[in-house]
This record gives sequence, C-alpha cells and structure tokens, in this order.
Amino acid sequence: MACFLVPMGEAIVATAVQKVVENREKKVGEERIKKTGLSWSRRLSWLNKLLWGGTILLALEHLWHGEVVPWPPFLTAMENPANVSPMLHEMAIFGGAMAITITVVWGIMILVAELKAKAAMPKVRENPASGGA
Amino acid sequence: MWLIMTALAAVIATAIWYVKAPEDKYKLGLLSLLFWGATIMWLVDHVIAYITEGGEFFEINLDATLLGVAVIVFALFVWEIVLVVSDPKGVLKKSAKKVETTVS
Repeated sequence: MACFLVPMGEAIVATAVQKVVENREKKVGEERIKKTGLSWSRRLSWLNKLLWGGTILLALEHLWHGEVVPWPPFLTAMENPANVSPMLHEMAIFGGAMAITITVVWGIMILVAELKAKAAMPKVRENPASGGA
Repeated sequence: MWLIMTALAAVIATAIWYVKAPEDKYKLGLLSLLFWGATIMWLVDHVIAYITEGGEFFEINLDATLLGVAVIVFALFVWEIVLVVSDPKGVLKKSAKKVETTVS
C-alpha cells in the first residue's frame, strides 16, 4: 500500500545527515579521513543510494499497481478511512523490515570495506613507494 | 518476476562496475546500488508476504514481466539523468563553449 514511505523517511534523514557530515569533513580536512580509510560522508552516500534506489523503484511499482496516484491524497488507501489502519500496519511491518534490512546490509558493506582498508594499510606503510591509492 | 529481473540487473551492473573499478567515471556504482536497494526491498516484501499471506513466491505473468522491464528502464533513466547532469566527460561544457564561440 505505502510501505516504501518508511525507507523514504529514512532516506530523507540520512541525506540530511550526509550533508552535515560532508560540511564537517570539509572543515576538519582530509587528514583524519586518510588515517581511518573511508570517510563517513562516503559511507552514508552508499546508504542513501540503496535507500533512494529502492524508494524510487518501489514507488514506480506502487504506481503500476494503482496504489499510488499522481493526485491528492496520492495513496488510494487514504480515500477510504477503513483502509488507513491496514495501510499503517503494512507500513510498520513491511516498510520497517525493508528499512532495517537495508541498514543491516549497509552495515555489513561498511564492515567489509573497513576490514579490507585495514588489511591494506600495513602493506602501504611497509612499501610507501608503491603509493596506496 | 520484477524481483528476478531487478536482481539480474543488479548483478550485471555490479559486474560491469567491478570490471571498471576503481575508476567510476560513469557512476556504475550508483546504478548497481539503485538496483540492489530495490532488490533487497522487494525480497523483504516477497518473504513477509509469503510468510503472512502464503501463495506463490514469484508472480510470473505478462504484467509482472512488463513491470520488471519498466523498473529497469526507469532505473536506467534516473542513472542517465544523474550522469548527464554531472557530465563526467564534459560533453555539455564543450558544446556550450562551441555555441558561445560560434555566437561571438
């Protein structure tokens, strides 16, 4: 019915956080980023791409199935008050599970990337002439 | 069906991104993450619906296939918009300069 609205909410918040973090990183400079590997703005950009990609394509699917319309109230479930409660229930169960799964997958992505970056660090230190970029 | 088609698109986009990595001039990383985001969300949707409501896990019919095609086309369209706006090859800048010199 409208499950994609939950990941969309998370995407809006994550995008705002990414912008704030980007500005903060610009002020701090790249020194800290170089020490730790990946910057937080880059990590958050992965989460945002996953969330926005899913949201946009799920919105298309809902439009295809007639659950979303381009005129108010936009959600067909909102036209009938009896459908509002099942819609909210579906948003909580399906949308919540989607948002949590995407966040968990993103967490695993970061963990793997961090481990790879840490494993690559000593090699770069041992042989600085080879660069490391 | 659209879940299978989107997952296939995600796998192909990721493979192409990996071949070109670490260079990501054409934002293939973005394209693969767009597809993966939708694939994960639909997978969760299908699993919960299958557990709670039962029925077939995959909907295989013409409508579902057409939706799969529409989803892939739409994702490619979004990616191309981002690509053209960011203009990594500078094609638009070059065209604009050419027009400027022709006018002046």
